Amino acid sequence: MYVAVKGGERAILNSHELIAETRRGDTSVPEVSTRQISEQLGLAVDRVMAEGSIYDRDLAALAVKQAQGDLVEAIFLLRAYRTTLPRLAVSEPVDTAQMLVRRRVSAAYKDIPGGQVLGPTYDYTHRLLDFALAAEEGVGEPEAPVGEAPLDAGMPHVADILDYEGLIEPEIPDEDASEPFDLTREPMSFPADRDQRLQNLARGDEGFVLALGYSTQRGFGGTHPFAGEIRMGEVSVEIVPEELGFAIDIGDVVVSECHMINQFEGSAERPPQFTRGYGLSFGHNERKVMAMALVDRALRAREFGEAAVYPAQDEEFVLYHADNVEAAGFVSHLKLPHYVDFQAELGLIRKLRREFEERQQKDAAE
Amino acid sequence: MTLADLKPGFADAVFEAQAGFRALLDAFAYAGRITTVDLNLDPPAPLDVAMAAVALTLFDFDTPVWLEPAVAAGSVAGWIRFHSGSAIVAAAGEAQFAVVCDAAAMPALTGFSVGEDRYPDRSATLVIQVPSLTDGPVTRWTGPGIDGSIEVAIAGLPDDFWAQWDDNHALYPLGIDVIFACGREVIGLPRGIKVEV
Amino acid sequence: MSAVQEARWDEAYNFAYLDEQTKRMIRRSILKAIAVPGYQVPFGGREMPLAYGWGTGGIQVTASVIGPDDTLKVIDQGADDTTNAVSIRRFFSRVAGVETTEATEEADIIQTRHRIPEAPLREGQVLVYQVPQPEPLRSLEPRETETRKMHGYAEYGLMHVRLYEDIARYGHIATTYSYPVMVNGRYLMSPSPIPKFDNPKMQGNPAIQLFGAGREKRIYAIPPYTSVKSLDFDDHPFEPQTWDESCALCGADNSYLDEVVLDDHGGKMFVCSDTHFCEDRRAKGHRGELGADPAALAFARTADEGEAQ
Repeated sequence: MYVAVKGGERAILNSHELIAETRRGDTSVPEVSTRQISEQLGLAVDRVMAEGSIYDRDLAALAVKQAQGDLVEAIFLLRAYRTTLPRLAVSEPVDTAQMLVRRRVSAAYKDIPGGQVLGPTYDYTHRLLDFALAAEEGVGEPEAPVGEAPLDAGMPHVADILDYEGLIEPEIPDEDASEPFDLTREPMSFPADRDQRLQNLARGDEGFVLALGYSTQRGFGGTHPFAGEIRMGEVSVEIVPEELGFAIDIGDVVVSECHMINQFEGSAERPPQFTRGYGLSFGHNERKVMAMALVDRALRAREFGEAAVYPAQDEEFVLYHADNVEAAGFVSHLKLPHYVDFQAELGLIRKLRREFEERQQKDAAE
Repeated sequence: MTLADLKPGFADAVFEAQAGFRALLDAFAYAGRITTVDLNLDPPAPLDVAMAAVALTLFDFDTPVWLEPAVAAGSVAGWIRFHSGSAIVAAAGEAQFAVVCDAAAMPALTGFSVGEDRYPDRSATLVIQVPSLTDGPVTRWTGPGIDGSIEVAIAGLPDDFWAQWDDNHALYPLGIDVIFACGREVIGLPRGIKVEV
Repeated sequence: MSAVQEARWDEAYNFAYLDEQTKRMIRRSILKAIAVPGYQVPFGGREMPLAYGWGTGGIQVTASVIGPDDTLKVIDQGADDTTNAVSIRRFFSRVAGVETTEATEEADIIQTRHRIPEAPLREGQVLVYQVPQPEPLRSLEPRETETRKMHGYAEYGLMHVRLYEDIARYGHIATTYSYPVMVNGRYLMSPSPIPKFDNPKMQGNPAIQLFGAGREKRIYAIPPYTSVKSLDFDDHPFEPQTWDESCALCGADNSYLDEVVLDDHGGKMFVCSDTHFCEDRRAKGHRGELGADPAALAFARTADEGEAQ
């Protein structure tokens, strides 16, 4: 006989046991440790930290393990944990020009002060499955050669080089501005300022932001971008405790940053100049920050008097749909019972059918 | 004022704030009814327990607070700043909450924010301490939260208060909201309530 | 009450999960929502340990209202034993240590998804609705900037046109749930996806009705004794659902009925969606046509006997 869904507490508990068993998999295979995940699946951990909005490799690795590698689920776990944490301080803006660079490339210039630093990247690996990684004995202890000379301590941004010549729109920090918008504490509001948009994109789903960025390249909001600079490395985070009155260093975080340089025709008020698109993310997340920089520029359409006609330029569309915790939740809620409303619709469709058939019979009789 | 002079806030912030809120929820929802705030507090003069409970329950660093000048000059400002972290603002129009202890001398309602067409919630809530919630001139209240009508007799308000309230009510859905406090009791007067004198 | 409470909840978490600052922010939003019935107050909704769309708005509202002495009832589809209702009840037992009940009349706070209990509510009770989409105009206008303007100026022509198109096409309004209401004569409001059968219960209800939309970060409210009118036209008045059948278990002919499929040949029975209402009636001796049938009664379970795998 058909069994109506009458989930009891026991069913829920059993389901939890079943996940635990499934997550562990074949017990003859050694259990993966969070340390292994943090060290050996580092890019997954980076993405979870970025979209989970919390910089903690250990917790992100735990979330990845708990979610069985489902990164959207892991991001959700981290976000739910984040909510319970108090906000102790607001940091000073990080200075990415002072980054301890691990990688830094510009597509706009052949050479730049500080040099092009290829760093760890999959860009020039041929995407051939490396069966050595699957070998029983493992890969041993690979070691990359150390550079002949240390990198420059500070590397100027490519955008600043253009800024010096006045060829790119200036970016002037707003010293009097109030605290930046905090999406984790305030509801979204429109029209959205750039701080709100950038925060949303930084937390936004990598796939969604990537697809939107891609759409601008394909003509759905042409931005004619050049990758002015992409850099990744450690920056120090500082806070100014009220009782001290000066900044103290509270630790380092690895971030990826992208400055896209975009063409702009100029207008009656503005001289022709390049415009900026910006992306920043925790960890090593180049795909994300490049896509983010494209979308950031597209969302600035209003500012430049451009018609906002494409999805990537439409801030309500982008900002309301970028968050994968919200999106995944709402899509998955369709799994919840809806039988009361379905009953209401059943009643209606039976009635509409009856009325339709009555009308047809009446027409046929006439 | 030194820390030693500072009067305490909630002894148990989690549960006292919850109890305080439930009293306010009832007071706002059942407009015009006297609701008791069942808390033991030792607030600085001139705050009554109910007024202090409203402050400790609802104020924090996100809510600019306006204090009537006499109150702002005393120890209350420091007490509110210490326990809630609220900024004390001099301009009534910037306040999310206003604290009035000398009701008879209170400023005009029009000085406070009534919200915006699209965001009527961005309006001020006035907390007005009065000498009595029962001994004043009888008024008849109708509107959401009231089954038919209710008679309310708040004492100590300026003579033109209800005329001002009429104007405020006419702005609906914009307008300020009021909590009257006396001793351990409160009465809620949301903007949607029509008051007949 | 000033004595420190002896913890009955999982102390790894703050009481009722949310931190005090968040509760304060939500409490302020609730009071503004009460002050402007039917108006959607934006609030800084937090991420909850349950998925968006699964009741996070209702949970945040309940968490901000609930105290240690409250008794909580949670229903989904009118039933206390549906998985999500069980899950949310477990959440509050764990993080707030509160008493729970299935009895509508015993509950101080009732969190619900998609139904209003059949038993009349009383003064002081708080009914918390989980709301997936708080904007009644959203299906007609996807942009928040536009719908907020419409509410600001009470321009609801779009909704009337939509309902009128139904009448032109079908001869009646073809909306069966989330049927829009006008609150206190001013704001058009989504009643959440309750069936229109429940709409009349909102009108003049003595309880406090709070609505929480977590993903969309909106809170709204209907104070007690407030006018809540389902939209209609003079020549096409609002009509709630009716059934030719009565409940197969308790015989009720005035409750919302769910159709339970018994086989794949069209066999079915109708039973009360409000499981507590149905049980209460049976306990008082009411019987429907299958009220003595063991197979039919197998559907009428109690939560601790829930058997689904």
